[in-house]
Amino acid sequence: MAESVRADEPILKTPLHAEHVGLGARMVPFAGYDMPVQYPTGILTEHNWTREHAGLFDVSHMGQATLVGPDHGTTARALEALVPADILNLKPGQQRYSQLLSDEGGILDDLMVTRPTDPADDGKLMLVVNASMKEADYAHMQARLPADVKLIRADDRALLAIQGPKAAEIVARLAPDTADMAFMATKATKLAGLDVHLSRSGYTGEDGYEISVKAEDAVKLWRALLADPEVKPIGLGARDSLRLEAGLCLYGHDIDTTTSPIEAGLIWSIQKRRREEGGFPGAARIQREIKDGAARVRVGLKPEGRAPAREGTPITTPDGREVGIVTSGGFGPTVNGPVAMGYVSRDVSTVGTDLHLMVRGKPLPAKVAAMPFAPHRYKR
Amino acid sequence: MTTRYTKDHEYIRVEGDAGTVGISDYAQSQLGDVVFVELPSIGKSLSKGDEAAVVESVKAASEVYAPASGEVLEVNSSLEETPGTVNEDAMGRGWFMKIRLTNPAELDGLMTEEQYQEFVKSIS
Repeated sequence: MAESVRADEPILKTPLHAEHVGLGARMVPFAGYDMPVQYPTGILTEHNWTREHAGLFDVSHMGQATLVGPDHGTTARALEALVPADILNLKPGQQRYSQLLSDEGGILDDLMVTRPTDPADDGKLMLVVNASMKEADYAHMQARLPADVKLIRADDRALLAIQGPKAAEIVARLAPDTADMAFMATKATKLAGLDVHLSRSGYTGEDGYEISVKAEDAVKLWRALLADPEVKPIGLGARDSLRLEAGLCLYGHDIDTTTSPIEAGLIWSIQKRRREEGGFPGAARIQREIKDGAARVRVGLKPEGRAPAREGTPITTPDGREVGIVTSGGFGPTVNGPVAMGYVSRDVSTVGTDLHLMVRGKPLPAKVAAMPFAPHRYKR
Repeated sequence: MTTRYTKDHEYIRVEGDAGTVGISDYAQSQLGDVVFVELPSIGKSLSKGDEAAVVESVKAASEVYAPASGEVLEVNSSLEETPGTVNEDAMGRGWFMKIRLTNPAELDGLMTEEQYQEFVKSIS
């Protein structure tokens, strides 16, 4: 996700816009869409509800598209020329996180890639990209894909996420064949009688699903899920505090064209074959950073006391040497205190290192902290 | 006892030469859940419009400006432990600081209760 609104473009609405307004949501412009930042109960309650029960999110602003080529090998190789993940060995029904890279190895966007299960879909890869970057991403891919691999936008689809410890059993009541799915598994099935494509994934650190559905069925699905008393609607405010506690990157803030996947601590998303073979944009830089270490790295930061340190806060050593900057920071309701992440020089990146965050000109003591701040509870 | 408001949604409740400063109920509802309040030190001298305190919601930090010039007499240090009091009772137990007014004439430039309610209506 990334925030950016272009004033010269009309504001867009997701198929669930009227539902949000009807629920009393406070709507704000986000990535060109009029989106719910919170419902009347507020961000803290929504955050805690998601950690304890199940939260329902409208993420239909995100970009859904499909790459279509003659066979899996051809389509996978075409995408591998743009991203550092192993797409060739992605199994049917499996989803993987990756990044579109610039020729300098910077991150143009991060995305999810799914290989469909049905053999009739051989040669297809389903993509989900950030709302604010989708036009640029599609243009970038279309300019670089070979002639036999096409990018087909799926603007006629909505995307919902249900997240939290109760999410799986709620979804299983509506679609029993989902119960045994593991984290990052995907499936085409029927949910409440509607055709959906779901993946066991999300952006909160909790177990749950992201559910792709035809735009015209979105309201029916939203209402069917909200009918369960364990499910409450959750806005972008809590989505941000949940992902921050989970240590997950927000595009345009924690990662962008100036950061490489190695600096960002995303080496886990580059599988062994790709690390060795290269063959993706910026491979020389990324292989060098894997071998020698990056000069700066993304770390978790735990401020002492109660004061949050926000994005843009300078980071120094206790003796005043400037060593980095906070890229996301705020209050973590589950941690019940301030949490942040940012980039620091590698020599001060060890967990436990004492640093200062310069909040409103005053040094706020903080320690480099392990992430996630709230433990991941994925279904393995 | 009179209460006056600024366009930035601070209030000051005046009793004699002292005033109690906080943020309005409308301001707390717009901020959402308050998670941190930074208060000035006692004895600090503030000019009207100076940054007097900081209030942080889950999403963002906002400055609280001095509605009038004065010296800080007392701060509501209970907000350090329970900042959510600002949401529960912004106009009462959620006060930020008490100041001794050094230029009470400045109050004439602030909005009355009635004017403030009209102002809130015009922006919401």
